[in-house]
Amino acid sequence: MSAPDDRVSAACDLVVVGGGPAGVAGALTAALRGLNVVLVDSGARLGGQYFRHQAGAAHTATPGLDRFLRQGRALGERAEVLLGHQVWTVTRDGDRLTVHCQTPDGRPVAIRCRDLLIATGAHDRPLPFPGWDLPGVLTAGGAQALLKGNGVVAGGRVVVGGTGPFLLPVAAGLAGAGAEVLGVFEANGGLALARHPVLALGKAGEAAGYGLAMARHRVPYRTHQAVIAAHGERELEAVTVARLDGDWNVLATREVACDTLAVGYGFVPQIELGVELGCQTRPDADGMPVLAVDGRQRTTVDGVWAAGEPTGVGGRHLAELEGRIAGLAVAGAPVPGVLARRRRRMRAFGEALHHAYPVKPGWQSWLRDDTLVCRCEEVPVARVRAALALGATDARSVKLLARPGMGWCQGRVCGYAVACLAGERPRPPRRPIAQPISLGALADLDTH
Amino acid sequence: MTFQITIDGRAVPVEPGQTIGAALHAAGVRAWRTTRFGGRPRGLFCGIGVCFDCLITVNGRPPERACLLEARPGDEVTTS
Repeated sequence: MSAPDDRVSAACDLVVVGGGPAGVAGALTAALRGLNVVLVDSGARLGGQYFRHQAGAAHTATPGLDRFLRQGRALGERAEVLLGHQVWTVTRDGDRLTVHCQTPDGRPVAIRCRDLLIATGAHDRPLPFPGWDLPGVLTAGGAQALLKGNGVVAGGRVVVGGTGPFLLPVAAGLAGAGAEVLGVFEANGGLALARHPVLALGKAGEAAGYGLAMARHRVPYRTHQAVIAAHGERELEAVTVARLDGDWNVLATREVACDTLAVGYGFVPQIELGVELGCQTRPDADGMPVLAVDGRQRTTVDGVWAAGEPTGVGGRHLAELEGRIAGLAVAGAPVPGVLARRRRRMRAFGEALHHAYPVKPGWQSWLRDDTLVCRCEEVPVARVRAALALGATDARSVKLLARPGMGWCQGRVCGYAVACLAGERPRPPRRPIAQPISLGALADLDTH
Repeated sequence: MTFQITIDGRAVPVEPGQTIGAALHAAGVRAWRTTRFGGRPRGLFCGIGVCFDCLITVNGRPPERACLLEARPGDEVTTS
């Protein structure tokens, strides 16, 4: 049963997948309670998306980063932290789980454990629009990752667009690092939270900081406006900005010359490891499937726990809190009522944000027949609509007929859009192999 | 200490810890492959290893995600 490459013996109690705020808090809490913990992350450093940082990060202005790095150091003294390890599947035999990873040089590593904490975070949820595959168009998170992780400013003349409070730190970061941010175009607006997006970040100090940075750099913030097209020959040269009605139908347009666009319409929680293990999902307030957990962060599958965005998008404070709760619960400790109450309050706030920053159906009117939906397989809108006309009634049959979601990214980028075009709620993703691996690694798994 | 990598023989400066994709993007190289069907240029998009748009050939190895791959001194990127 045991593969020769098993790094950790049966002595490991808990494997945590994900080294962001949820994963580090969960791993540290469990380790402090005496559990033998291994944390696995694909990145070169702990941090996940929010706390992504450069090696000598003294100049990074991310609020809370110092505290997170202290937690990371404390974790390093008490648990094994495996960085640069991509988890591609988790298998079960009896009451034991085996987490299969691949190192950067392609070496397989298998870790056996009793409990698994899924703290895999989320990625940007893009919407397709004409020209969105031009180089120079980045996701908002991508622009942020360039800056936080690499010290690279995504461009010189930058437009930020999409919906949600996350656009603010992205714009403030870019402006602060020297980019000319020509505008933040928030497709929603008008609701109480949307009128005060800085409050929506849930932490007054942070919010004031972003607001100040935007004001200092004279970054215009426009609600009910969106980037509906990108233009350029080989790279981005300009975008079309539209004024929108409440359903995101176009009222008027203008062109803005720019070299970079950072765009994001919310987030996709990364739940595939849980889905493949059979964990039940539920629709989050925005309809995205997330892992169903109880008050102790336990999924519906024995030994499998989840914290942070995979249980519903709520930001880094909630993620850390859920990680702590999960760490206590896995260690068999009671969860203090104060933590449970704080969690309920923050979860309700996350849901209120979803209601304040929804995706409205009018975005589909921005598409042209040749607009790519699936960037990997280069599937244009026309082919998706042809599949629907042929009788495809859901995203899965659209995929089989027109191939959106069949490429390298396995539908992570286009899955939401395809579901919307098919007129259904996004379904839990089925990705038995969550990361590209060598056939050799797959064959090794087969011999288990 | 800044070091160098090359893309098709041309030198690109790198700060230690930067990914290949970040170094190229910073140097103004925003596309390094074309798509199979439409021949469309591709570079960074998601920036965090999700979209696979930024696949790149480094030192002759099979394509990897430029946004995840940390640059090492002397790395040779080829685009065709």
